[in-house]
Amino acid sequence: MKEKSGTLEQAVLNEYKYGFVTDIDTDVIAKGLSEDTIRLISNKKNEPEWMLDWRLKAYNHWLKLVEPKWPNVKYPPINYQDIIYYAAPKPKKQLNSLDEADPELLATFDKLGISLNEQRRLTGVAVDVVMDSVSIATSFKKQLSEIGVIFCSISEAIQEHPELVKKYLGSVVPMTDNYFAALNSAVFTDGSFCFIPKGVRCPMELSTYFRINTENAGQFERTLIIAEEESYVSYLEGCTAPLRDENQLHAAVVELVAHTKAEIKYSTVQNWYPGDKNGLGGIYNFVTKRGMCKGDHSKISWTQVETGSAITWKYPSVILKGDHSIGEFYSVAFTNNYQQADTGTKMIHLGKNTRSRIVSKGISAGHSQNSYRGLVRAGKQATNARNYSQCDSLLLGDKCGAHTFPYIEVKNKTAIVEHEATTSKIGEDQLFYCRQRGIDAETAVALIVNGFAKEVMNQLPMEFAVEAQKLLAVSMEGSVG
Amino acid sequence: MNDIAYFKDQFEQLQEADPKGTIAGLRQSGFDSFSKAGVPTFHDEDWKYTNVSSLFDKEYPIAGLSGVTLADVDAVRLPGSELANELVFVNGRFVAGLSNIRSGISDLIVLPLEVAATGAYKDLVAAQLDHSSNYLSDGIHALNTSFICGGVFIHVLKGKEPKHPVYFYHILDTRQHPSLAQPRSLVLVDESSRLQLTETYATLGPSDSFNNQVMEIVVKENAFVEYYKIQNDTANASQVNTTHIRQIGRSYVHTVTLTLNGAIVRNNMNLVLDANGNETHLYGLYLLKGKSHADNHTLIDNLKPNCFSNQLYKGIADDASTAVFNGRIMVQPDAQKTNAYQSNKNILLSDNATINTKPQLEIFADDVKCSHGCTVGQLDEEALFYLRARGIPKESAEVLLLEAFAADIVEQIKPEVLRSYVAKLIYEHLAIQ
Repeated sequence: MKEKSGTLEQAVLNEYKYGFVTDIDTDVIAKGLSEDTIRLISNKKNEPEWMLDWRLKAYNHWLKLVEPKWPNVKYPPINYQDIIYYAAPKPKKQLNSLDEADPELLATFDKLGISLNEQRRLTGVAVDVVMDSVSIATSFKKQLSEIGVIFCSISEAIQEHPELVKKYLGSVVPMTDNYFAALNSAVFTDGSFCFIPKGVRCPMELSTYFRINTENAGQFERTLIIAEEESYVSYLEGCTAPLRDENQLHAAVVELVAHTKAEIKYSTVQNWYPGDKNGLGGIYNFVTKRGMCKGDHSKISWTQVETGSAITWKYPSVILKGDHSIGEFYSVAFTNNYQQADTGTKMIHLGKNTRSRIVSKGISAGHSQNSYRGLVRAGKQATNARNYSQCDSLLLGDKCGAHTFPYIEVKNKTAIVEHEATTSKIGEDQLFYCRQRGIDAETAVALIVNGFAKEVMNQLPMEFAVEAQKLLAVSMEGSVG
Repeated sequence: MNDIAYFKDQFEQLQEADPKGTIAGLRQSGFDSFSKAGVPTFHDEDWKYTNVSSLFDKEYPIAGLSGVTLADVDAVRLPGSELANELVFVNGRFVAGLSNIRSGISDLIVLPLEVAATGAYKDLVAAQLDHSSNYLSDGIHALNTSFICGGVFIHVLKGKEPKHPVYFYHILDTRQHPSLAQPRSLVLVDESSRLQLTETYATLGPSDSFNNQVMEIVVKENAFVEYYKIQNDTANASQVNTTHIRQIGRSYVHTVTLTLNGAIVRNNMNLVLDANGNETHLYGLYLLKGKSHADNHTLIDNLKPNCFSNQLYKGIADDASTAVFNGRIMVQPDAQKTNAYQSNKNILLSDNATINTKPQLEIFADDVKCSHGCTVGQLDEEALFYLRARGIPKESAEVLLLEAFAADIVEQIKPEVLRSYVAKLIYEHLAIQ
């Protein structure tokens, strides 16, 4: 495993292929954060009074908070006054169809491998695209609205469905929840909104692509998904950003609400710019994601493939409030070079007969640090709560670290909670087996890693599974040897 | 009560009596850290699940000469005591008059810590005492260091296997007022020697006791250490019990911690594996009833390659008790070929009881095999049914199953006298409904 092939070295050189900048006319406000910034954002988005009040309330609460220090990550202090809180591609007129979109912009998404036109035609996936601060295009809107599904940007939802937004915004992640959630509540600029009416099984995957383009801009998006009784939706999220030497902040909030017998499946392929080989630049990905199984027999499932970001700090959680509700969390976190990931989940069992399952696979290479941090809590009323957690870590190199911090809190005598974790490196015997059969070291490692992550990859929708597997292979290039 | 101001007077009094030397210097640095850190709260990650504020809301007058008599000690003695080196601590201070050292000085040397720190062991004490503060930076540990007084130093001489085991009896006399004891000891287990050490605790009287104990054990090449801790004190007895073991030569350590009774019991079991090829086994059992709160924190720091460690902690929480387990395994970059296993199994018997468990792995080396597992559950319904179908009443069947659950740990107590004593204690503890 010591020698490197020529192709391997090449692969190291073109590590991050989404690192280009789109030269697009952008409407940018001045750096800095104050009440005025928030008024400006709210004004630019033409928001109603209650929304502005909500933002200001969040801002005033945020001022009282201090940045959390407990995650197992290290980074220089963030200057919140040195961030642009609003950047939008100009001209921002209402688009009736994709043909009217800025050609430069469409080319950007072509480069990312998400040709909106093609997506629309071929895969049958409805896409909402968020660039910097605003949503620029949403496809398949018409077909979806015919069956009553609302899928639009959150700004649009604030204008057109204020009653829904008012009712659910902050109901799962309150603005006071944590430092970054409060910041997001104050300055969020866009994101996706999705409402599945009673009894509707959403016929296609809904998908959002997030991209940070402007330098020094922070991205603060807010996603809200509501599944009414007996509905089903599968939602995909993808993220990329250009190569930059500075660190950029991404602090999103995602809220899911599942009513009785509803099911939400939320998949993420996170590939923000991870910084270069020496740990310079990259995105700080500080995200609060939480789902509420509000009704009985509801189900929320998180699947994530995390390969990007200089620092990842997120814990997609499920509050199992309804009886017989189910929460699932499947995660593959891959870190290379100087990346740091502190990720995991929280399963809060409140209702009776609730079940949760956690499968987390961490892979560390280079000088990276990869932590799993999870909480399983069975409340006093959570009769027959059941949890099974499995956290496996794989180390590819002797300079990286793999850490596990599972918290288990049980207050009900009928609850059964199990947790297992292992850490190891790729077995010499496995490698030998592959090499003996003529497979070179790098392919063999890729093969073994893919096998290691299979359990999670299988949970991804098909369109994403292929992409995620490729992504994992690309991220891993150069980590062997 | 202002904790720092309250302890300051007592601290200054102690320093005045003995202002110079290694120990006075340590006490000073201990008090400085205590003043800085204060009493831990739930904001401190290591104390998230254990609230010690109730231990600091009362005054503990300086004990002075207590009226503990030989008859009191007799009531505390463990089986096998007639063959053991018995060390008696009253309110945290070693009392030679009540103790029995049966081994000869060619096998085992027992000295007051103050004497060791000035005599032939001066350099050793200066080098080894308070190594634990590198791992524990909280105020409670620093408080013990600020009040080092009346501790002991034990040296098991090179190549010796004393045939008399060492028993520590910690007696806290609360017949007049609440008692705070802060015993401190340093044990050196020299090359190719062997030590069996057992500690037990007894609170006399109706008031609250708080035993804030630190024991540091240094283990050298080829040494073999067995360490047993039996915590079966009264319901008003609390303790923060730190055992800091450093294996600085390739050696073998085997520990069993048993917690049956007490108000708040916090055990810090630190193992620093600072030599190639160490082997360590940690076992723990906590059977909690009433309002007992037991918190076991284990830490294994693998510094050198080829070490093996195995941990098994099991517990039962009944009534309104709380059990906490926090197991931390660290594997440093040099510690390749580490094998570390950890398992924590819990049974929750009541809806008013709580179990919080947090096994942690922090790994910085790649060629390792580490795993941990933990479970929280109940008695196996099928096993219960099997027994009841054979005419065994429910209560007896439950006790039988719980005893079997505990047996995994009990059988790790190697000396037969202690094992059968503990088995009996556990049976009685479980059978009383």
